[in-house]
Parts: sequence; C-alpha cells; structure tokens
Amino acid sequence: MAIKQLTVFVENRQGALVEITDLFAANRIDMRALSIADTQDFGILRIIVNDTDEALRILHTRGHLVQATDVIAVKISDAPGKLSAALHALNVSGINVEYLYAFLARTPRHAYVVLRVADNAAASAVLEGAGFHMVSEEDIKKL
Amino acid sequence: MEERYYQKEIETMAPEALRALQSEKLVKQVKHVWENCPPYRKKMEEKGLTPDDIKGIEDLHKLPFVTKSDLRDTYPYGMLAKPLSECVRIQSTSGTTGKRVIAYYTQHDVDLWEDCCARAIMAVGGTKEDVVQVCYGYGLFTGGPGLNGGSHKVGCLTLPMSSGNTERQIQFMMDLKSTILCCTPSYAAYIGEALKEMGYKPQDNCLKAGIFGAEPWTEEMRHDIEKSLGIKAFDIYGLTETSGPGVAFECKAQKGMHINEDHFLAEIIDPETGEVLPDGSRGELVFTSLDKEAFPLLRYRTRDICVLDRTPCACGRTHVRMSKPMGRSDDMMIIRGVNVFPSQIETVLLSEGYAPNYQIVVDRAKNNDTLDVYVELSPEQFSDTVSAVTAREKSLAAAMRTMLGIGAVIHLVAPKSIARSEGKAVRVVDKRKLHD
Repeated sequence: MAIKQLTVFVENRQGALVEITDLFAANRIDMRALSIADTQDFGILRIIVNDTDEALRILHTRGHLVQATDVIAVKISDAPGKLSAALHALNVSGINVEYLYAFLARTPRHAYVVLRVADNAAASAVLEGAGFHMVSEEDIKKL
Repeated sequence: MEERYYQKEIETMAPEALRALQSEKLVKQVKHVWENCPPYRKKMEEKGLTPDDIKGIEDLHKLPFVTKSDLRDTYPYGMLAKPLSECVRIQSTSGTTGKRVIAYYTQHDVDLWEDCCARAIMAVGGTKEDVVQVCYGYGLFTGGPGLNGGSHKVGCLTLPMSSGNTERQIQFMMDLKSTILCCTPSYAAYIGEALKEMGYKPQDNCLKAGIFGAEPWTEEMRHDIEKSLGIKAFDIYGLTETSGPGVAFECKAQKGMHINEDHFLAEIIDPETGEVLPDGSRGELVFTSLDKEAFPLLRYRTRDICVLDRTPCACGRTHVRMSKPMGRSDDMMIIRGVNVFPSQIETVLLSEGYAPNYQIVVDRAKNNDTLDVYVELSPEQFSDTVSAVTAREKSLAAAMRTMLGIGAVIHLVAPKSIARSEGKAVRVVDKRKLHD
C-alpha cells in the first residue's frame, strides 16, 4: 500500500527552500510531513502533501526538479519500542530501509512513519503480518 | 595506383630545398609587407625590427603576430598591401564572431589559392576525367570559389551548384554522374540521408570521393558519410584570412592534412606565451603567407589548436601535415599545467547523458588551481535518494578525470539554473584573473 511523496531537488543556497514553501502557501498546498537530506551541494526535499498532483503541477510549472516517489507509511503506537518492533520485522525479512521520517498522527498516541524501501508490496506485507496498520492515501487526505 | 600530383616538383620537394625556398620567399615577403602595409610595419617598428633582421625562416620567430582583432581594428582594408587597382577579388568571413574580415586578392593570389585547391583535388585521385560537384556556397564565402577554381585548374567538368536545393543537387549528381563532391561535411551527411529517402542505394551514384571542410567533423561522421554515399571522404582546411580552403588537405594516406608549405609557413605556438613549440607539440597554429601579394599576413594566429607531423607520408608529399583542429585557443584553459578545453567537458557530459548546460569555474586556492564544473541535473537523472545522486556525481567526476587528465569537482544543480545569455552562454568563469 504505497503513498505518494514529492521529492524536490533543492540547491544548497540561501532562499532555495523558502521559494518552495512560498509556492505552497500561495497555492494553499498543505504539508503533512517533510524531511530534507542534505549534501554539500544540494538537498533532497521529501514531502507528503494533501494534494500531490496539484503540488507536482505547480512545482513543474515553476521549473523545479520534482518527482513523485512511491513510499509506504506505517502507523505506530506512540510507545517505547514500537518503532523497533517494526524495523525488526523488516530486518528479519531482509528488507533494507533507504531512509525514513516520522510525524505525529492526529489520532492520540500514534505516529506515522514514512519508509523508503526497494519493494513496497513486500515491506507492507511484512509489516501487516507483524500486526501493523499501513497508512493509505485516504488516511493522509483525512489528516 | 600511381599517385598523381598537381605540382609534383613542389609537392614532393626535398625538405632542405623546401626550407631554402621558404627562406628566400620569407625575406622577400617581409620586405614587401614593410614597404606596403603600414599597420604591420608599425608592429615591426615597435619591436625594433627592420626587414634586415629577417634573413631566413630561422628568424621567423622574431616577427610580431597578427591576430583577428588586428584585422577587425583595421576594417575594411585590414592588412592590405597592394593598391586596390591591382586587386581583382575580395572574399569575406561570415562575421559571426564580430566584425567581418575582408580578404583581398590580386590575380596572382587567386592563382595560388586555386593551385592549392587543385592539389587537394588531385590528392584524392581527381583527374580531368572527373565531374566535380561543388556545393559549398558561392559568393563572399571562400568554399565555392576556391574548389571551383581548383577544379578548373585540374580540368575537371565543374558543376557550380552552390549550397542548398538538395533535390536539384541529387538530380545533377545522378544525371551528370558526378564523381567528386565538395561541400561541408554536414551537408554531405544531409545529401546521404536525402538519397536514402529517395530510395537510392550508396552504389547507385557515381561518386568516388568527397572533399569536405569549413567546419569541425569527427571520424565517426567521416565513417557515416562514406557509408551513406559509398565514397572515400577527405578533409580540407583553410581560412579566409590566409586565402580559403586548400591551405591544407588530406591525401589518400589520411594521416593528417598536408599544409601547402611553399605558400604557407606553419608554426605551432604556446597560445599563452607565444613561444614557438617543437614539432609534435600541441598548440596554436600560426600561418605566414609566403607569396601572397594583396593580403600577406605574417604570423597570423589562427586560434586553431593542432599538432604538426613531419614524418614521411606514404603519398610521397614532403609537406608537413597538420592534425584536425582539436579546439580553439581562445577557449583553452591551463589548469594545473594541463590544457583543458570546454569542448572536452561537453563531450563527457553528452556521453554521460547530461544536457550540455554547464558552467566551468576555475579559481585558485592555496596556490593551486581549482576546477569546478556545474552541471544541470535532468529529471531523468534525479532520484529521491542521496546515494543515487552522489553516485552520479562520482561517476561523472571519474569520466572527467579520464578525459581531462586532471580532477574536476562536479556540482549538480537544478535545471535552468545556469544563466542563459542570448547567443552563446558564458561557459567559463576564470576567477584566477581577479587575483593576478
């Protein structure tokens, strides 16, 4: 069960990030989660938004280097050891996590963890098998 | 088959005799220029030189250079050294890199230019039995008139087609059984494609050879043209400033282009220092016209980078051979003592699948030259993982090192973030100059 993440190339210079957030503000795009991976020269901005298609269109029009990436998100109880349990499940099944980031869900005592793995279907099956609830696009929209 | 020459005695002259002839001509030419070309006389006077200082080609290095900007500064008459009443023709550069340069010719100058082109035609096997189709442009451009004149001198039936109207070119080619095609390599490739589209096979035409020049072309392109037209393709070199095509031409051995050294004395210099480099070195080609009357340029800097080869040639010609120009000296950067051309960087980018939008920044840090290449990342190459993008950077850096011989720091930047200017983009920023 994959969800869409926007991946945006951000140059490592002052003002590069605010250009993107300004665009979202002006176009009423709501961000659910974000993370940035940065290197010396550039950053890779990863965001989950309420309207992926519209955000993609806007960024494209303004000449940004952007792509939609399929990632998975898992709902995790906000308690010590819960994330470890999920990662253990993936680990024993030989699934490597490229990157992850988390945000708090609106339901009490829950967090959503976004995971980038090579095989979304396999990872989702493993997590569901371990009793975790996978987050759908619908769940994201409802946030 | 026996090799034929247009002017055998000169083309196969023993090297020592050729040197003696060049020395004799140079002494006379310097005197002519001193007496008749005030802008060059001034240059000589500034160096404290008189014609008496030039006793032979061993003194050539003492003479001042002529550059394209000298010719522009003296527009429209440039380095004219004969009264206009003695001139019979002008030709002109296209003026794409600035003001036009107009070259003047006496009848003697036209003759020697056409002789050079005749040598080129015979070097590819041309005889009076051949039908030469000239589809270089006619007019101010030297391509058409040069090969046209050379073809007359050999006695070939000459088809003065000029460029364009490909359908008509092909009709004449087929109906009149053209055997030698003269045009730019890109037009030859175009004619090859058009023939194929019209349903002709390469063996359907009567062409046996092509003489192609006036623009850079690769060995790969030569191969494609040879295949599509069913011919042997030969290179020819020249520039309006020295006369036009035929300054150098390829023979059947195809190991470089023979420079017509009895008319054009060639040197290779270090483009930075102006120092003459030994044979076999890569550097800027400089020509001295030894017997042109109206527009006799001495030590004209072509800005073309090439190598001269004096080893004996299988064709029997003794004149020195020049390699295909590898780049332009005005583009050349010297980084950590290594010559680097933007064209090399562009080649790597294209072969690695990047768009040719880039900027090269050269600077100096701790007395060491730095080379940074900013490259626009394309959507196909972008990825959501840092590892994938940095792997691209690394692989590009490795390819650059292989091509350039020195390391370059690669910076991947967003599409369209490298400034576009009207016409030519600013590809090179050399910040070292700010520190000097």
